[in-house]
Amino acid sequence: MSLALAADAGLALLILGLAVWTTIARTAFGAVIGFMAYGFLVALVWVRLAAVDVALTEAALGSGLTGVLLLGAAARLPRDAAAARPGWGLRLAAGVVSAAVAAGLAAVVLLLPVPGPTLAPVATATLPTLGLGNPVTGVLIAYRAIDTLLESVVLVLALIGLWSLARDEDWGGRPDALRAANPGAALVLLAQVLPPLGLLVGVHLFWTGAIAPGGAFQGGTVLAAMWVLTLVAGLTRPPRVGGRGVRLLLVAGPALFLAIGVAGFWLGGAFLAYPAADAKPLILAIEAALTLSIAVALGLLLAGPPGARE
Amino acid sequence: MSSVTLFGLCGAALVGLGLFGLIVQPGVLRKILAFNLLGSGVLLLFGVIARRGAAAGIGSDPVPQALIITALVVAFAATVLAVALLRRLVQETGRDSLDTDG
Repeated sequence: MSLALAADAGLALLILGLAVWTTIARTAFGAVIGFMAYGFLVALVWVRLAAVDVALTEAALGSGLTGVLLLGAAARLPRDAAAARPGWGLRLAAGVVSAAVAAGLAAVVLLLPVPGPTLAPVATATLPTLGLGNPVTGVLIAYRAIDTLLESVVLVLALIGLWSLARDEDWGGRPDALRAANPGAALVLLAQVLPPLGLLVGVHLFWTGAIAPGGAFQGGTVLAAMWVLTLVAGLTRPPRVGGRGVRLLLVAGPALFLAIGVAGFWLGGAFLAYPAADAKPLILAIEAALTLSIAVALGLLLAGPPGARE
Repeated sequence: MSSVTLFGLCGAALVGLGLFGLIVQPGVLRKILAFNLLGSGVLLLFGVIARRGAAAGIGSDPVPQALIITALVVAFAATVLAVALLRRLVQETGRDSLDTDG
C-alpha cells in the first residue's frame, strides 16, 4: 500500500466516522459541529480528486456558510425537543434498505467502465478562442452556460421563497436574525480586521477564475462570508427587503447574463454564444456582475426572513 | 484498490448513511443534516466519475466539476429554505418534529 493510498484511506475513514457521528449524535448541536468538520474534510477529498474549484466551493459554501446557517438553527431549537424515536423494527428496516442502496452504489463504483467516458476534450476545445485558461470556468460560462444562468436565477427564487415565510406585520423590515445579542470584543475586532483581507481574497478568486481555480461562485461566497461576519458583529445592518437598491444588486448578475445570452442570437448566431472578437470582456462583465449578485443573495439568504429576530 | 475507487466506495456509504438518518431521525434539523450527507455522497460519486474522465491534460473532467459546483450552490439554497420552514414550524407549533399525533 503506497503512502498516498494510506493517507486517502485515513481521510475516507475520518469522513465516514464524522458522517456516522452526524447521524447518531445525541444533540442537534453536536451533529452540526460534526457536519461542519465533515465539510472541511470533504474539501480535502475534492483536492485529492483533482477538483480544486469544487474544493474551494465546498470549503466556503458547503461547510462554512451552511455551518453558520445550521448552527444558528440548532441554537434556536427548543431544548427538550427529543421527539419519540422510531421503534427497533423500523430502524432495522431502514438499516437494511440503506445498506442495500449503499451496496448497490458500491457495486456500480466497482463496475465503472475503463477508461471512464469524458467530455474534457470537447469542453476545452473552445477555451483558447474565449481567452480562458480554467476549463471549469469555461464549462460554467460557455459550454454549459444555460445551467449557470438557471442556477443564478435559483438563488433569487430561493430568496423569494425565504422572504415569503415572513409574517405579514414584519414585511418590508430588516432581516435581523444574524446579529449576535452581545457581540464580544474579540468578535467585533475580528469583524473589523478580517473583511478588508477577505474582500481582497474574494475579488482575487473572481479575477483569477479565468485562468486558475476560482470564479464567480467561490469569490461571491467569500465576499458573502465577510458581509455576514460584519452582520453578526453588529457593525452593519442588513438592508430593508423592500429597498430598490438591494433588489437591483440581486438581479444584476442573472439579468446581464440573460441580456448577453439573448444578444448572442445576433452576435454569435445562437443563444448564449459569444462573438469571437469580444468574448473575454463579455465573460468578465458577466462574471463580475454574477459575483456581486451571488454575494448579496448568499448574504441575504443567511440573514433570514425580515423581522426574524426572536 | 486505487484512491479514486476508495473515495467512490466512501460516497456510496455516505448515501446509505444519509438515507438511514433521513428515515430514522425524528427531528427536522437532523433530517436536513442527513439529507445534506446524502447529497454530499451523491456529489462525491459524481466527482469520482469526473476524476476517471481525466483527459486533455486536465486531472478531472471539467463538465461534472462545473455541475457539482452548481449543485453545491443549489443545495445551500435548498437548505436555507428548509431551515426557514423549520423555524416557522417551531414558531407556530413549538415543536421541531413532523409527528402529527401527541
